[in-house]
Amino acid sequence: MDDKEILISEVLPGKTVLPDKQTLDRLAVLRHDKIKIPVIYIGSGTCGMVAGAADTISATRKYIEEKKIVADIIEVGCIGLCSFEPMLDVQLPGKARVSFRNIVAENVESLLDDVFNGEIPKENVLAQFPNELHDPWDGVPNIEKLPFFALQHRIVLKHCGRINPGSIEEYIARGGYQTYLKCVNNYTSERICELVDESGLRGRGGGGYATGKKWIMANNTVSDQKYLICNAAESDPGAFMDRAVIEGDPHLLLEGIVIAAYAIGATKAYIYVMADYGLAYNRLRISIDQMKQYGLIGYNVFGSGVDMQILLVKGPGAFVCGEETALIRSIEGKRGMPEPKPPFPAIEGLFKRPTVVNNVETLANVPFILKHGPQKFNVIGTPNSKGTKVFALSGKSMMTGLIEVPMGTTLRDIIFKIAGGIQEGKDFKAVQIGGPSGSCIPVQQLDLQVDYESLWDAGAIMGSGGLVVMDENTCMVDMAKFFMNFLNKESCGKCIPCREGTRRIHEILENITRRPSTESGHDTLERFKGIMQLEGLSEVIRDTSLCGLGQTAPNPLMSALTWFRDEFEEHIFDRKCRAGVCKELRVYYIDVDKCTGCVACLRKCPTNAIVGQPRQPHFIVEDKCIGCGMCFDVCKFVAVMVK
Amino acid sequence: MPVPIDELVTRYKRGVPESLLPLLQEIQAEFGFLNEEAIVTVGLYLNLPASKIYGIATFFDQFRFVSQGRYHLRVCRGTACHMNGSASVLREVEKILKINEGQTTRDGHFSLEAVGCMGACSNGPVININGEFHNAVTSAGIAAIIDQFRKKA
Ligand SMILES: Cc1cc2nc3c(=O)[nH]c(=O)nc-3n(C[C@H](O)[C@H](O)[C@H](O)COP(=O)(O)O)c2cc1C
Ligand code: FES
Repeated sequence: MDDKEILISEVLPGKTVLPDKQTLDRLAVLRHDKIKIPVIYIGSGTCGMVAGAADTISATRKYIEEKKIVADIIEVGCIGLCSFEPMLDVQLPGKARVSFRNIVAENVESLLDDVFNGEIPKENVLAQFPNELHDPWDGVPNIEKLPFFALQHRIVLKHCGRINPGSIEEYIARGGYQTYLKCVNNYTSERICELVDESGLRGRGGGGYATGKKWIMANNTVSDQKYLICNAAESDPGAFMDRAVIEGDPHLLLEGIVIAAYAIGATKAYIYVMADYGLAYNRLRISIDQMKQYGLIGYNVFGSGVDMQILLVKGPGAFVCGEETALIRSIEGKRGMPEPKPPFPAIEGLFKRPTVVNNVETLANVPFILKHGPQKFNVIGTPNSKGTKVFALSGKSMMTGLIEVPMGTTLRDIIFKIAGGIQEGKDFKAVQIGGPSGSCIPVQQLDLQVDYESLWDAGAIMGSGGLVVMDENTCMVDMAKFFMNFLNKESCGKCIPCREGTRRIHEILENITRRPSTESGHDTLERFKGIMQLEGLSEVIRDTSLCGLGQTAPNPLMSALTWFRDEFEEHIFDRKCRAGVCKELRVYYIDVDKCTGCVACLRKCPTNAIVGQPRQPHFIVEDKCIGCGMCFDVCKFVAVMVK
Repeated sequence: MPVPIDELVTRYKRGVPESLLPLLQEIQAEFGFLNEEAIVTVGLYLNLPASKIYGIATFFDQFRFVSQGRYHLRVCRGTACHMNGSASVLREVEKILKINEGQTTRDGHFSLEAVGCMGACSNGPVININGEFHNAVTSAGIAAIIDQFRKKA
């Protein structure tokens, strides 16, 4: 029998008698617990590709061809350490898998030379993966003990970056899809909804609505056709959790999807992926084909009488299409504009049929819950927020990448223990949680626990899980302006307060970061008036918008105003940006000792604000300077300085 | 040779409005952008007014109505890249190429697009030229990168 037949007949049905030794051996091979030839794993998620993994892969191919080494090369997803990409792991027969960081094409040869000679080069080595079947390497740390991993609890990301995402065999050999078949054969849909409800799982897409309740509502609605939609729109400009799950462990998500579809009585499931997530889309396409070959979708799955179909939809890209009703409209081929709720999609959604929309991470938690039981899940976390949450860390922290922590972990632990603090020893300023319409959390609130209630009480939202760390060189006014600009562009235009209000806020913020051409009464008055209006305007937008985009749009501004009011006032009264980000507020001067009088800046200055003779030090006339920074950029002698 | 539009549409059922977005996506993948002919043909086939199709297509970021340049520059405007100064990189590119975001140069060599996070936040600002990534670009260094491509063009 080949692997496929064994997996289908022996493993998938989840028989109670243990498979014979031969089968167990085969499974160990598929899991890469037992290997005959060396295996090289290369991090090839999007983050890896950006860092140059494509070159690393071809260099590795070339190496083993030239040296006539027989070895497997596996392209794995992201293990979470995006700042260490491209990562390359080597597993020699009988030895533990070792991981190396920042292996660009040039390093491949010397690294593999060493490893194949049984030596671990000191530089670039990261850690090894413990496994009782393998001999550990001496002097290489255990990956679970690294500070980055020690505080994490991985359910959704458990296999990300470790397994071959292109192989359904490996997923099944690790126990995958057995839970799904157990569900369709042994459980009624009501029972599954109950179990999920008991687990306390809440939506990870932002709203935090109880997943079990939503499923029960849809399951109880009678209809000729129901739909499940997996929301992989992920249009937050600073987040990439869902993409990483799809790229690193697509079958986990797919198993969650088919279980959820069965639980609500849907026979059709849609996955809505952003069009520019090319790699993720392809992974899903391939994985769905594999499921078909194994008979896991189609008519009468494994003789259970259940029909199942998964359709992939390419989202044509718009932030608001992450909102569930807008998403549904866009699948129907309409403009992606949100609709008023109720009726909730679970009663009347896609093509007016009951539809459950769930986030990728929510669905990826489902196989764990049904495999181990809700009790194993609801012991993790806090009383009202169960389980774990995946965060995409970016910005100025030492480590950036993906982490999964139990609910209730403090932000301080995340930023200072897991992410290793701030780059270059700078001071922490704030962390933005919840994406573009989230809030910033200042240093005073670092001991805040991340769970739905604590964040809500602090005036913040969980959002989908972006964490952007800001240091002293970040200007809060500029960040608020950035988010407002984003939300203004992405507002669908249906509600006037949201469409026009965000634009007005953006204009006001532009105004206070712009250098006024004259300090005449009118300009100053406008600036002050704007500020006084900001708060009122924010309230109107929040209270009168239809969907979450408008309702949360003022968040980044309001939280920045609460915690960093002094910075706003500095911009307005002193016309100063302490972080030096707001270009037009910078005041430049020329260091007389360094200036050689090369006239480069004098020629470039658009307002003739620089005076001086060739080969004599120049001066900047402050009144004429518009702070464009042109002189700063062209000076080769670092003579132009910011005051 | 791109597949003619008349043939492309027949891959979808006639008169079913849900096919609109996938169909437009396929046309764009084939031709690089949506032209008037495409919109009219699709309208006739799916039984939708061309104005409505235009309204839907302009709503979404993905669709383009002018052809892409030979080199398509995508500048990341995600949150992390913004903190690392992607705004000035974008401004610099616009100045060098003399086009705005979303436009194509007159000689057809370059087109420019601003996009959300590309997943390389630790190394921002990131730009992507025809699928090839450049990390940690500065507004000073961008000119050299563009020159490289200008020579090739
Ligand atoms: C403006 C806006 C954008 C959203 N974007 C996303 C998104 O990108 N991904 C997502 O899963 N949910 C997003 N949501 C939340 C969805 O509306 C919906 O609540 C979620 O997909 C439900 O799934 P869950 O219960 O599993 O969280 C967004 C909501 C709003 C208001
Ligand atoms: S913000 Fe630019 S790559 Fe993430």
